[in-house]
Formats: sequence, C-alpha cells, structure tokens
Amino acid sequence: MSITELPPKDSEQLHEDSPRGSLKGIIRSTEIDTRMLGMVGLLLVIWVGFNIMSGGTFLSPRNLWNLSVQFAPVAIMATGMVLIIVSRNIDLSVGSMLGFVGMAMALIQAEILPRSIGFDHPLTWVIVLLVGLLLGALVGMFQGFIVAYVGVPSFIVTLGGLLVWRGVAWSLASGRTVAPMDSTFQLLGGGSRGSIGEVGSWVVGAIACAAIIFGLISSRRRRIKFGFRLRPMWAVVGLGVVGCLAVLGAVWVMNSYYLPENVARQVAEDQGIAWPAGGLQIPLGISYPVLIAIGMMLIMGFIANRRRFGRYVFSIGGNPEAAELGGINTKWTVVKAFMVMGILVGVAAAVTIARLNAATSGLGTLSELYVIAAAVIGGTSLAGGIGTVQGAVLGALVMQSLQSGMVLMRVDAPLQDIVVGIVLVAAVAVDVFFRRRSER
Amino acid sequence: MNDQVTPLVEMREMSVSFGGVHAVENVNFNLMPGEIHALVGGNGAGKSTLVKTLAGAQRADSGQIYVDGEPVSIANPRDAKALGIETIYQNLALAENIDAPGNMFLGRELTTGFGNLDDSAMENATRKIMGRLNPKFENFTRPVAFLSGGQRQSVAIARAVHFNARILIMDEPTAALGPSETEQVRNLIRQLKTEGIGIVLISHDIHDVFDLADRTTVMLQGKVVGTVSKGEVTMDEILAMIIIGKAPQDLTQSEIAEIRG
Repeated sequence: MSITELPPKDSEQLHEDSPRGSLKGIIRSTEIDTRMLGMVGLLLVIWVGFNIMSGGTFLSPRNLWNLSVQFAPVAIMATGMVLIIVSRNIDLSVGSMLGFVGMAMALIQAEILPRSIGFDHPLTWVIVLLVGLLLGALVGMFQGFIVAYVGVPSFIVTLGGLLVWRGVAWSLASGRTVAPMDSTFQLLGGGSRGSIGEVGSWVVGAIACAAIIFGLISSRRRRIKFGFRLRPMWAVVGLGVVGCLAVLGAVWVMNSYYLPENVARQVAEDQGIAWPAGGLQIPLGISYPVLIAIGMMLIMGFIANRRRFGRYVFSIGGNPEAAELGGINTKWTVVKAFMVMGILVGVAAAVTIARLNAATSGLGTLSELYVIAAAVIGGTSLAGGIGTVQGAVLGALVMQSLQSGMVLMRVDAPLQDIVVGIVLVAAVAVDVFFRRRSER
Repeated sequence: MNDQVTPLVEMREMSVSFGGVHAVENVNFNLMPGEIHALVGGNGAGKSTLVKTLAGAQRADSGQIYVDGEPVSIANPRDAKALGIETIYQNLALAENIDAPGNMFLGRELTTGFGNLDDSAMENATRKIMGRLNPKFENFTRPVAFLSGGQRQSVAIARAVHFNARILIMDEPTAALGPSETEQVRNLIRQLKTEGIGIVLISHDIHDVFDLADRTTVMLQGKVVGTVSKGEVTMDEILAMIIIGKAPQDLTQSEIAEIRG
C-alpha cells in the first residue's frame, strides 16, 4: 500500500543509548525487568537472613542441594500456572491431579506392569512416564473443555476437580500407599543416584554459559540487521558475565555436596576402587528434578514468548474480545493451556513419587496453593494478561526458601503457615503498589 | 454509481435480534469499489450491529451477504479477513498488555521457518507502516496500555491497512482523537479511497460524513430510513433523517425548520 513515504527518522537510526546517570537509567538501559530484579533481591535477603540466623547452615551446599530438589515439583507446575492465570483462569485442581496421576503411575509400575513384563524392566520408566503425561493432558483437556466450550468458570470447574481427582486418587488404591517404584524411574526424583555427577554438571554449566552468550550475540545481531536501538555494550558484557557467574556458581554449589559415606563406600566397591583412608568425596552435582524444572522453565518460557500459542494466551488475558476479533480461536487456546498444565502436573507427579519412592492418596495435598502462590509472588497478575515463566520459577524458589529456612530454624508448622500467608499477601501488595505507581 | 459495476459488498435483508428486540431489521446495504459509504443514526440505531455481521463479529439471524457478487458465509472474524474485510472497532479492540507490533499482527503473526514468532520482522513492518501513518509514533516495545488515544488509534488503523484490505469498516474512527489527528485520519480515508478500497464509515460527526461520504445511509431503530448520494442533500436534511426518521422527500417544511432551530 503506497502512502506517502517518509525518510526514517533519526531516532530510528542505529545507535547505542548512552548510560544515563541515575541508577534507574542504568537499569533501564540493560533492559532487565525491574520486577525480576526485585525478586532476586528478595531472595538474597531471605537467603542471607536465614543463613545468619541458622549460623551458616542455610547456605551450606547440603541445604541448598536439598532445597533445589524440593522446589522442583512446585516450580514445574508454576510454569504452567502462569499461562492459566494469564488467560484469566485458575486451576485449583493441580494438587489433586498430582495425587491422581501420581497414584496411577505408581500402580502401573508397582502392580500392573510387573504382571506382564516383570518388575524393573528397562522400559518401565518410559511407559509409566508417557502414561502419566497422557493422563495429565487428558484431565487438563477435559477441564479446559468444560471451561471454554461449556462456559463454566474455571474456578468452579477446578474446584470440582480438586474434590474429584483427590477422591479418584484415593479409590484407585483404596487409600493404600503404593511402593516401591521402578529403580530407573526413581532417578527422576533425585536422591543419591539421581544426579548427573561432577563432570556432567560442569558440562551443563558450560552449555548454559555458551547459550547465554550466544543468545546475547544473536539478539544484538538481529537488532543490528533491522537497525533497531541497541543496548549499550557494557550492559551486554555485564549481563553475560553475571549470567555465567551465576550459572557456574550454582554448579559449584551442587558439586560441593558429596555422597553420604555409606553410599560413597558402595559406589567405590562397585567400581573396584579401594576405600582411601581419608574417605572418598564424590560430588552429587545437579539432580534430575532440578534439571527437569530448568528444562520446563526454558520450554515454557519459549512457548510463552516465542510461539503463537503463548502470544494468544497473553492476548486473551489482555482483552478477550480483541483476541476473538483478531481471528484467534480463543476457546481452543484455553483448552490447550489447561492441557499444558495437565502435562506439567504429570511431570511434577513423576518427580514427586520418584523422590518418595511411593505414592500415597494424600500426594500433592495443598500444592495447588503453593503453585498459585509461586506464580503470584513471581509477578503474575490474577486479573490476567501479565506474568512471566521465569518469575513464577523464582516465586517457587522464594516459597521453598522460606519453608526450608523455617524448618531449619525449627519454626512450628502453624507459624510457618502464618509466615508464608503473610509473605504472599505482602508480596502482592508491594507489587500492586509499584504497578499502580508506574502506570501514572 | 454505475449500475454496470458489481458491488464490492451487497447485504440483503439482514436481520439481527437480541431477545426479541430487533437491532437490525431487513436492512439492505451495498458498497462499491472506491466508495465511502457512511452509516449514520442515533445510539441504538443498529449501525454497529449491521457492520459486525459483515466483520464476522456478530451472527445474522437472516439475510445474505455477497462479496463481488458471490454469496459468502461469514461466521467469524477469520472468514471476514480471508475475504479482505478489515475492521477498526469503536473500542479499538487492542490487547492492552501487548506492544504495538504484537497487536498489529494479532492472529496473523509473522513466524520464522520453525514457526517461532519473528518479533524483529513484525517490529520492522510496524515501523515501516507507522513511518507513513504516524511518523511521531515511537513506542514499539511498550504495551499499548501506555499509549495515548491517538497512538492507539494509529495502531488500530495500521492493523487494518497493513493487510491490504479491499473492504474497510471504520466504526467511529475519529471519536477519540484531537483535531489534528482527526484531520490525519480524514486524509488517510481519502487516500485509501483513491486506491479503490471500499470504506464503510460509521460516524457521529456529521461533518466527517458530509465531507467524506459518497453515499450516506441513515438508520433508525434497526431500519434504513434512506440512502442519499453526495450533493443530493444538505447537512440539515441528513440531520432531519437521523432525528425524525423520514427520507428527505417525505419531510415537511415545518420539520426541516424545526431542525434548523
């Protein structure tokens, strides 16, 4: 369409922003989300605070390693809850779904498959995992269908789901505890064998650093290609350095936690190594649950930001009418969001039963609240349209750090709940305050 | 208008009712290539409902739409867009939380070879079209919630124009704008007309209508009062049609005098 062509304006020409004097200007020119920065700050305060109060125990590799494993299931589910909440819905059923899917997966590997292919068959874990993901997807699709096509509010549908799936989880095994799990499947839960070891962890760290650097370079290249505004070079280098240091630091911490002596002795025996006089220190490295959580965060972040489906979810949250008028199939998009949530519940269920080496009918009770809280603390707006996957994962880390710290301090369980509840409300209040101010 | 030319759009005997209220009743409406056809009337006259059936945002209870003389079925906005019908809605229909390029390409995103969103390409295309429509526009990466009324209007218009519309529906395009922005939109409408695009213009601004429209159809309570061509009537006569609901030839002198005050 030929409307009078104007020459491109100076401001659109290729140029770098000069760093502005104020701290605000500096932060803005790095294009980092200030909300995320605030969350990282909050996390650091919690960590340092607990570390001082616990006399250095909180930031020990052992505690951080355990914290990282415990945080994984909530983090995995929170990455999906973001999309649900962004689309102006809610899923209260994830805890019960986790119980149901977890119980089903436990029954398959402990009771059903052994009858045909025997216990600890090499394929057991794959079959169980696939069935779990499929089951999660089906439950999510079913609930999403009722929300989108029948028009029952998601609060009601998933409140019903909360009761239904918990009841189904109970009746599947009549309330029994189902154990043990397949030995390969157990690796999904971490534990002394479920980690990738020292070398593997450094390799993962190196790949992550390479990815960070590659990402920064390729985004700069694209912007140069189209002649868009660039972030200053010092900010790019700074982001790369800080990012790589954080990754390598985390790997170092994970590698500083060693196998307990009796397990190390077993490993030494298996590999025919003589037990040295000073003992053998075998680093655990990054555990599988943490790897899975990070993987889900990357995948879901990618889906949210770089795929049409993610864009549609956000547009529905921003203005459902506009999305519909834009030609988006909003109903199917909502169904898909619930399906993705269901699949993530399946993943979290696998991690949880693998870690416990058992499934109980109470599995996942109340975890819907932790998942929603993680998403909301992570900056997801319950009004819809606003939220990030990384924020939700950080939110899960904040929640787990609080809990873990209080357990370490031997705070009574009721007081723990009181603190978590207050932090949830306070975090959202602060967020609302700053958001309102920034809109002015 | 030349009778030999096939209308770009022809709507025959369109009816829409909401719970027993006839919002649109047996309305006939057509649009020629390169024509600006204004649709006017008071609140609740049925203008917006009528064009929504053309845009795919509202199902008609009865009636048939023809595009280029062929009967078509428009069940949703996707169908309308496939026929080259673009709409600028009164409420602009923007997702507040998404930036201008995201809104411009909403539902029709550009993707890379792997089906990933190509944000840079979308931003680039948006910058190009904004350079022509509204050179002052600079907020390409902020959610449109932070933009002014005029800027949001630019986004809505850019979206309609970018996809090579043949039929453009504008529902109150200047309602949220200041005088200079209004003039900009008027110039744009004239320019689009010269390119052979048919425009359905809904407006409360009688000056807009008198200035721009080749033909004007007046609606009242869901029915067409009459359709008049440019130069056939005075502004007062159009006003009389809107208020009294009679075609110009049926108006009495006293009624016209009453409008003039």
